[in-house]
Amino acid sequence: MSLWVDLYRPKTLDDLHYHEGLSNRLRSLAASGDFPHMLFYGPSGAGKKTRIACTLRELFGKGVEKLKIDQRVFMTPSRRKLDVNIVQSNFHIEITPSEVGIYDRVVIQEILKEIAQTQQVDISAKQRFKVVIINEADSLSRDAQAALRRTMEKYMSNMRIILCANSTSKLIAPIKSRCLLVRVAAPSEDEIVKVLQYVASKQPFRSIDQNVAREIAEDSNGNLRKAVLVFEALKMQTPDLSGPLTIAKPDWETYCQKVADMIIQEQSPQRVMEVRSKLYELLVHCIPPNVILKTIADHVVDKVDESLKADIIHWAAIYEVRLRNGNKKIFHLEAWVVKVMTLYKHFFFGIDMDGFD
Amino acid sequence: MSFFQVQAPKKAVKHAYDPALQPWVEKYRPKTIEDVSSQEHTVAVLRRTLTSTNLPHMLFYGPPGTGKTSTILALARQLFGPDNFRSRVLELNASDERGISIVRDKVKNFARQTPRTQAVSSDGQTYPCPPYKIIILDEADSMTQDAQAALRRIMETYARITRFCLVCNYVTRIIDPLASRCSKFRFKPLDPSSTSSRLHHIASAENVHVSEEVISTLIKTSHGDLRRSITYLQSASHLGGSTKPPTPITPSDIQEIAGVVPDSVIKDFAATLGVDAVGDDMEIDSPSKKVTGFDSIRRKVKEIVREGYSGTQVLMQLHDFVIEHPTLSAHKKAQSALVFAEADKALCDGADEELWILEVGLRVHKAVS
Ligand SMILES: Nc1ncnc2c1ncn2[C@@H]1O[C@H](COP(=O)(O)OP(=O)(O)O)[C@@H](O)[C@H]1O
Ligand SMILES: [Mg+2]
Repeated sequence: MSLWVDLYRPKTLDDLHYHEGLSNRLRSLAASGDFPHMLFYGPSGAGKKTRIACTLRELFGKGVEKLKIDQRVFMTPSRRKLDVNIVQSNFHIEITPSEVGIYDRVVIQEILKEIAQTQQVDISAKQRFKVVIINEADSLSRDAQAALRRTMEKYMSNMRIILCANSTSKLIAPIKSRCLLVRVAAPSEDEIVKVLQYVASKQPFRSIDQNVAREIAEDSNGNLRKAVLVFEALKMQTPDLSGPLTIAKPDWETYCQKVADMIIQEQSPQRVMEVRSKLYELLVHCIPPNVILKTIADHVVDKVDESLKADIIHWAAIYEVRLRNGNKKIFHLEAWVVKVMTLYKHFFFGIDMDGFD
Repeated sequence: MSFFQVQAPKKAVKHAYDPALQPWVEKYRPKTIEDVSSQEHTVAVLRRTLTSTNLPHMLFYGPPGTGKTSTILALARQLFGPDNFRSRVLELNASDERGISIVRDKVKNFARQTPRTQAVSSDGQTYPCPPYKIIILDEADSMTQDAQAALRRIMETYARITRFCLVCNYVTRIIDPLASRCSKFRFKPLDPSSTSSRLHHIASAENVHVSEEVISTLIKTSHGDLRRSITYLQSASHLGGSTKPPTPITPSDIQEIAGVVPDSVIKDFAATLGVDAVGDDMEIDSPSKKVTGFDSIRRKVKEIVREGYSGTQVLMQLHDFVIEHPTLSAHKKAQSALVFAEADKALCDGADEELWILEVGLRVHKAVS
């Protein structure tokens, strides 16, 4: 059985719940005939992918929903073989470049050339172009982005590109200037509540208590996917959704919270060692190191004096960049922990920290 | 069964394409070098090459959307006409494989062929069709150093029958031995008046009404990149045209399309940091003077991130707001400027946007209080 998030995912632009102005705009673009290249951006869980799927549906009709997965082999310039799974319909093709790592340029080049050099076979197709969707476009390498530039102009007659990204900051200017930028903001709490009510109305129990819905919405931090998942999970735990509800945090988050507590409770070499083993634990569970850092920092600042908060964030920001570019993630996480402990201790012993950095 | 019918590459790309449905950047791409606006010097020099039989190797450089690709394509078309274009011009860009092996094979092969004799032009016009071929290496700054080095010899050996045109954004990424063999042409960002007249021209050809305000917003948001302003204009015209009766395009439509953060958001954020806008009915010791602290700044940052605004854009606009602030002291501005510079570097290194917007917020807050 499908999850509610998938079951009640809107399929057409008319089904979309919020950002109505944006939906209208997409509808008119799809109808206009000169559909541009597009870049959808916004936080995760805001509904970018759903919106893209609805736009495709508007462009091509029901046929785009017939997907098939192809196993393809690409050859790198150094003659290495790459196996890539590609999702496509008769009208579009979808790629997630991060799956092929540093070889994203090769894959993109091949696919785009192939599409550019083929014509729509289906004569009844509503559009003469095919759409290439590039997911997680912010992780495209510089090389791959450069490869897109002129291609986007040259093959405009039978191809359109839709990029999907969390932020536009990592995309080079020449790409942005070739796309129509579409910002998809996270839904507001009211909007999330409405979606939850809609989901409830489709279920046998028909409705969800206003307060419960609001609580879930608040907890989701604008991530609609998370909100619907939590709703379904809660419903499984407490079928009548009454009494005090606790929205379970994911294990790793509780774990991060514990680490934050440990840092505040004691500042000693011994404690650093204990924290380190916890950090290792999180890392082996594949929690991204920058998420670990951010989450711990977020909890630490809640527990310290106002005058320390800014410094803690400052060092979190510094070490976050370092761990991204560095190789040994644990070094940087640990360095930050030690930094925070030092700040904290000095604060309590009233030692002047000026000139210490 | 393959869902794509792969055809021979050469045939496929060319097929009838309803001009009404073409993106305006393509539709209004300069057809001749005379159509290229704002690059008077370059055009003047190139005009002379149309009447002489000589052409140096060339290096076009400048920011995106200033007409580099258009100029060389227009020049090549004017030199050879549509019929000889294929046999005389090789265009390779960053989307083509251009590693060292391709340079050695494809580029070299094309470079060494003796130019074919002029085919009779089918459109009844005569073209100069000088006795050489042109190899256009567009987006050449993304070629590896090795591949560039391999070009060097080819450029020299076949100079008599082949001219190169390298096109790039950053001239410093072209190795010196190549750059020194070329005549260099710098393409400037388009000045406001050329941008304005080009946009007016397109708007009237497309029957779109645009106000002066809209044009000036287009100019402001596109920073001399004409491709960008044309794309924005076309997108905006869709929005207006989709309603009945058509609604006129507004400057804020353009801002949204361009990804610009609304001024009110920036003002609000700045106020949270303790930098108030001067000018709006300010009351001396007004009770609304907010006491701001960590939590309210963090909340504001989360709000901004949830709206999906790009981190670099937020910081750029906040930077302008703070640095151009009429009453803030120079000392405070200087301290803030340091933070913005650090943040820009961090974001280029791939840093977390939320964390750095918060970091900038906190430090600007500290600097001004
Ligand atoms: N100087 C210019 N004069 C007229 N149109 C221009 C000029 N520069 C750019 N454009 C417009 O912008 C589009 C992109 O220009 P292009 O030559 O591809 O820029 P680039 O310098 O990035 O190669 C063209 O299709 C054209 O419509
Ligand atoms: Mg170009």
